[in-house]
Amino acid sequence: MTGTSPAVVAASRLGLTFQTNDGPVQALSNVDLTIGKGEFVSFIGPSGCGKTTLLRVIADLEKPTSGTISVNGMTPEQAREKRAYGYVFQAAALFPWRTIERNVGLPLEIMGLSKAEQAERIKRTLDLVNLSGFEKKYPWQLSGGMQQRASIARALAFDADLLLMDEPFGALDEIVRDHLNEQLLELWGRTNKTICFVTHSIPEAVYLSTRIVVMSPRPGRVSDIIESTLPKERPLDIRETPEFLAIAARVRDGLRAGHSYDD
Amino acid sequence: MSWLKPSWQAVLAIVLCVAGLALGAIAAPKVDPLVQPAGTLIYPYAATSWLIFGALLLAALISMARIPSVVEAVVLFIGAHLVAWLLIGGIAGFEGLARAPYFLLLTAAWLLGWRCVAVLSGLRPMASWARSALRLVIPAIFGAWILILWEAVTRGAGIPFILLPPPSAIGQRIASSLPVLGADVRQTIFKAVIFGYIVGSGAGFITAVLADRVPFLRRGLLPIGNMVSALPIIGVAPIMVMWFGFDWQSKAAVVIIMTFFPMLVNTVAGLAASGHMERDLMRTYASGYWQTLLKLRLPAAAPFIFNALKINSTLALIGAIVAEFFGTPVVGMGFRISTEVGRMNIDMVWAEIAVAALAGSVFYGVVALVERAVTFWHPSVRGG
Repeated sequence: MTGTSPAVVAASRLGLTFQTNDGPVQALSNVDLTIGKGEFVSFIGPSGCGKTTLLRVIADLEKPTSGTISVNGMTPEQAREKRAYGYVFQAAALFPWRTIERNVGLPLEIMGLSKAEQAERIKRTLDLVNLSGFEKKYPWQLSGGMQQRASIARALAFDADLLLMDEPFGALDEIVRDHLNEQLLELWGRTNKTICFVTHSIPEAVYLSTRIVVMSPRPGRVSDIIESTLPKERPLDIRETPEFLAIAARVRDGLRAGHSYDD
Repeated sequence: MSWLKPSWQAVLAIVLCVAGLALGAIAAPKVDPLVQPAGTLIYPYAATSWLIFGALLLAALISMARIPSVVEAVVLFIGAHLVAWLLIGGIAGFEGLARAPYFLLLTAAWLLGWRCVAVLSGLRPMASWARSALRLVIPAIFGAWILILWEAVTRGAGIPFILLPPPSAIGQRIASSLPVLGADVRQTIFKAVIFGYIVGSGAGFITAVLADRVPFLRRGLLPIGNMVSALPIIGVAPIMVMWFGFDWQSKAAVVIIMTFFPMLVNTVAGLAASGHMERDLMRTYASGYWQTLLKLRLPAAAPFIFNALKINSTLALIGAIVAEFFGTPVVGMGFRISTEVGRMNIDMVWAEIAVAALAGSVFYGVVALVERAVTFWHPSVRGG
């Protein structure tokens, strides 16, 4: 998988130590990881394992303290300046004073696209996340699931090839989450983007990913990488097949091997 | 008893009314017949006393019958205000001669007015025009009764004009001195207050943005700004008059000093109000400082900035009026207050106070309306 396509993210011996009042905390240690184009990679692990920190290092929201990392062959900072990725946060983080369409258009405004181009892209991405007809609504007039879909549309609007998602569906209920998972897979199949997805739900990780990176805490490190053998077409009921359950069992074993259940 | 629904206000009003009847005349006649037997006696309330007692008793009794609330409120409204009007009208020429029944009747009328507001407050009309009408009528009756009691007590008890003039005298004074009041408002509000408010708030805002951008300003300037806010305005005003002359410029300078700091502090707090996630989001778009400021941090700071604008709207008025106590051309609200007090023209002082209160309320109201339009998205405005 990684041999044929050029690496979108390549990290080697990556480490990050936070200086806190209680002394240094090693958030990431010796992370080696290569993500190829078009992959859907999930990062799973208990809280404190550094999965969000790793995503933030890729996004240049944190600076590593050791090792090297490249995004699209550039440093993360250059990649950020070139708007190489879209980032979806745990909460929708929509601006309440902007309508949905102007929220989605925010990155386009900052990039200085023409009004016509902005309108065209806003319409296209809102179609993509099934939010057509809600352009003029304000975020606080929509449900949590719709808000998160709008924030995904905002990350897709400027057409970056890489999508970084930090527990985007963590705050939503099971039914909405299933629905959005299905839509996300469909979107990924249609756009052929590379997606890095942080989660702490095993079924979600197995259902979505082509590869699952299992991480463990103290210090945050990669303890296992599991290739998924599931086909690219995945209906929701694939989660009852023995193949799915076998992969889920491997992920659970990997989490246990990293002593994640100690505390 | 099913046709009766007693209210304590109405019952007490009837009791007071009966007590008033028992105690005799509402007010003393103007000339004591024992001292001047030959003098023509003018008796107060000669023609209206039966009407006063009748209206009071009737309104109180009808209000306790089982009738629709709207009818009850109308009956109470007419009864209470008719009695108050007759009482105040009848005391003209007999100021200070009121006896106990006058005050008993006044209290009874006030109780009926109270009951009227209580009934109106209990109404839950379906139509939206009726709801908005109620929102205006209830505070209007409430305010009217403050004026009625003020008027009736000052005139009935003959309170010296110097201590507290009745509102009617203040109203007459306002009506007869409109040109003077207009000139004062122009001098104090349209020149000193507006100019000082805009410059002071604007300077506070710009300083806050600069302090946010330039670290040494943040560390050096904010503590100094704090000290400026602690300057006593009474001490600063005469110095400003020496620096900037007697005209409105020195008052505007005082207003600038007063309004600068609330705006500075609130804007600095507001600029820190946007969330980490939103700022990270702007960073992932490689947004520059000014773009992040315009598209995220200033909109997020708007509720704070409007708080400062509202605080400053009243501070500016106070600052300008007080500053005029320390030297001014012969016009201006503060000048008028300080000189008319010296000439014992207390009604003119009250007239200026009323005008200042009205202007301050309008000023505040306009700022609050703009705030509602701009920060419509904030939970405090959109209601949850």
